[in-house]
Amino acid sequence: MRLDIRLPIGLMFGLLGLILSVFGLIGDKYEYKSSLGINVNLWWGLVMLVFGVVMFIMGRRGTSTARLTEDSPEGKKIEAVEAESER
Amino acid sequence: MNLTFVDWTIMVIYFAFVLGIGVALKRYMKTSTDFFLSGRSIPAWITGLAFISANLGAQEVIGMGASGAKYGIATSHFYWIGAIPAMVFVGIFMMPFYYGSRARSVPEYLKLRFDEKTRGLNAISFAVMTIFSSGISLYAMGLLLNVLLGWSFSFSILMAAAIVLVYVFMGGLTSAIYNEVLQFFLIVFGFAPLVFLGLRDAGGWSGLQTRLAGVATSGGYGAGAWTHSWQYMGSPSTNPMGVEWFGLAMGLGFVLSFGYWCTDFLVVQRAMAAKSMSAARRTPLIAAVPKMFFPFLVILPGMIAIALTYKSGASGFTLPKKVDGSFNYDMAIPMMLGHYFPSGMLGVGLTALMASFMSGMAGNVTAFNTVWTYDIYQSYIKPRATDEHYLWMGRMATVFGIGVSVAAAYVATRFNNIMDMLQLIFAFVNAPLFATFLLGMFWKRTTGHGAFSGLLAGTIAAAIHHGLTLPVGAVVGVKGGWFGVQHVYPSEMAQNFWTAIFAWSSCFVVTILISLVTRARAEKDLVGLVYSLTTRPKDDEISWFRRPATLAVAVLFAALVLNIIFW
Repeated sequence: MRLDIRLPIGLMFGLLGLILSVFGLIGDKYEYKSSLGINVNLWWGLVMLVFGVVMFIMGRRGTSTARLTEDSPEGKKIEAVEAESER
Repeated sequence: MNLTFVDWTIMVIYFAFVLGIGVALKRYMKTSTDFFLSGRSIPAWITGLAFISANLGAQEVIGMGASGAKYGIATSHFYWIGAIPAMVFVGIFMMPFYYGSRARSVPEYLKLRFDEKTRGLNAISFAVMTIFSSGISLYAMGLLLNVLLGWSFSFSILMAAAIVLVYVFMGGLTSAIYNEVLQFFLIVFGFAPLVFLGLRDAGGWSGLQTRLAGVATSGGYGAGAWTHSWQYMGSPSTNPMGVEWFGLAMGLGFVLSFGYWCTDFLVVQRAMAAKSMSAARRTPLIAAVPKMFFPFLVILPGMIAIALTYKSGASGFTLPKKVDGSFNYDMAIPMMLGHYFPSGMLGVGLTALMASFMSGMAGNVTAFNTVWTYDIYQSYIKPRATDEHYLWMGRMATVFGIGVSVAAAYVATRFNNIMDMLQLIFAFVNAPLFATFLLGMFWKRTTGHGAFSGLLAGTIAAAIHHGLTLPVGAVVGVKGGWFGVQHVYPSEMAQNFWTAIFAWSSCFVVTILISLVTRARAEKDLVGLVYSLTTRPKDDEISWFRRPATLAVAVLFAALVLNIIFW
C-alpha cells in the first residue's frame, strides 16, 4: 500500500492555509475587531501553509504508510493463527 | 453565528479530504485482517496520534472546557494523574499480552486468558455501550450545531453519520486511523489560536490568575482554587470539585483512568494495528506526549471564559446563561469560537469541532464492528465462514452500528433520562474491569470462574454503592439513593470516584477468592498471556532513545513537572 498519510494532511493544510492567508490579505480589516485587532487569518493561515508544505515534502520522501496484510509480517502471523484455529 | 462563503469552503474541503481518504483506501481492503486490524502494519506515530484522537470526541472538547470553567486547572487531574500514568502502564506492561497473544480484540484476549463466558460478557456489554455512546455524542452534536448555526438536528446528525459511514465502510480501520490523524492536527490548529486570543484578552497568565482569584473568592474558596491543581485538595470543602486527594488519586487516577485507557478496546484497537511489538508498545507512549499538553488546549479556554465573565476584557466576552439563570458551561468553547474568530478562522474552528465529533464516532464504530464480527458473529452465530464473508459482515456491522447510533440520538431527544440511565449503567459495568485485567495478566492463578464472578460482583457493588449514596443537594433517582440514603457526598464527582473504588475493590477481592477455590489452567496454556510465564519483549535492536522504557520515563517525568508547576 502506498498512501503516506502525510500527503493528504499536507495537501489539506496547505490548501486551507493558502485560502486563509489570501482571505486575510484581501478581506475586510474591520473584521478583526473581535480578534483583538490581530489578523489571525493571515498569520495562522501562513502557519498552516508552512505545516502543510512540510508534511507534504516529508510524505513524498517517507514511507509512513499502512500496508496490505500480505506485505506485513505481523499481519501474516495473525492470519496464520486464524487459519490454525479454524482447523 | 453567521458563516460566510470562505467558512463553507473550508468545511467542504475538509469533508472532501476525509471522504477521499476512504475512497483511496478502499482497494486495499482485501481481507478481514486489512479491514479490522489494518493488516497490523501501521507505524507507531500514526497509531499513537489515532490513539488520542479516537478519544478526542465531543466529551473531551466540550466537557473539558466546561469543567475548566467550573473547576479550574484542577480539571487537569484527568490528564496528569489520570490518563498519562495509565497510558504508560498499558504501553509498558499490558501491550506485550494484548499484542503478543495475537488476540484481535480485547474480548478475544479474555477468551484466550480465561474462558468463553468472560469474553461473551465483555463483548456484548462493550458492543452495546460503544454504540449507545456514539448515539449520545451524535445527539450532543446535533444540539450544539442547532444552537450555534441554526442547522436542523436531523441535518447535522445525518450528515455526520453519513460521512463517517462512507469512510469507515470503504477503508475500515485504516481509514478511521488515517482520518483520526488528520482530525488530530485540525483540532490542534483550530483551537490553538483561540487559547492565544483568549489569554491575550484576559491579560496573559497573570491577568487570568487575578481574575480567577476573584471567581474563587466570590464562590467562597481560597484565592488560588482555580489556578492550583493540588493545593486545595486537602478537603472536599476547599475546592470546587468537592473531592479530597485520596478519592481523587484512587478513584480517578487509579480505577477510572486505568480502567479506561488500559481495557477499552476503542483505544487499544489503535495500538493493536501497529506494525510490530515495539510499535504497539510505543503507541500509547507517543500518544501521551501531546495528551499531556491538551489541558492547555481544552481546559484553559474554559478557565478564560469564566475569568472574562467575572471581569470582562477588552472584547467583552461573557459566558451565556441558561433559562434558569445558571451559567451554560458547555457553551464555553463554542461561544468563544464565535466571539474571537473572524470569518475564515471561524470556518477552521467549527470544522475542528465537527472533526472532534467525527473522530470520536469513527472510533466507536470501528471498535463495534470488530467486536461484533469477531467476538459475537464469528464466535456464536456463524463460525468457520469464509474470510470474504467476515469482511462483508464487518461492512454490514458498520452500517448497522451507525444506524443504531442515529436511532439512539433520536431517542435521546425524546427521553433524556434514558440516556442518563444508560450512562450510569455503563459506569457500573466499566468500573471493575481493570481489576480483572490486572489479576489476569499478573497472577497466573486467576481462573475464568474467578474473573467472571468478579466482574459481576464489581458491577453489583457499584450499583449498590450508588443506590445507598447521594451527592449533596441532589434528589433521589438517577443520582442515587434508591436504596435509602446512607451517606451524602460533597459532590457528584466524589460519589462517582467512590463508586469506582468500591466496584474495583469488590471485583478484586471476589476474583481472588473464587480463583483460589476453582481449578487453575495448566501453565503451558498461559504462555504469552500472563506476565510470569512470558518472555519480556527485547528492545535491544532499536536505538535507546526509541525504546518504550526510555519514552515512559521521559513522559512520567514531564507529567510530574507539570503537576509541580501547577501545584
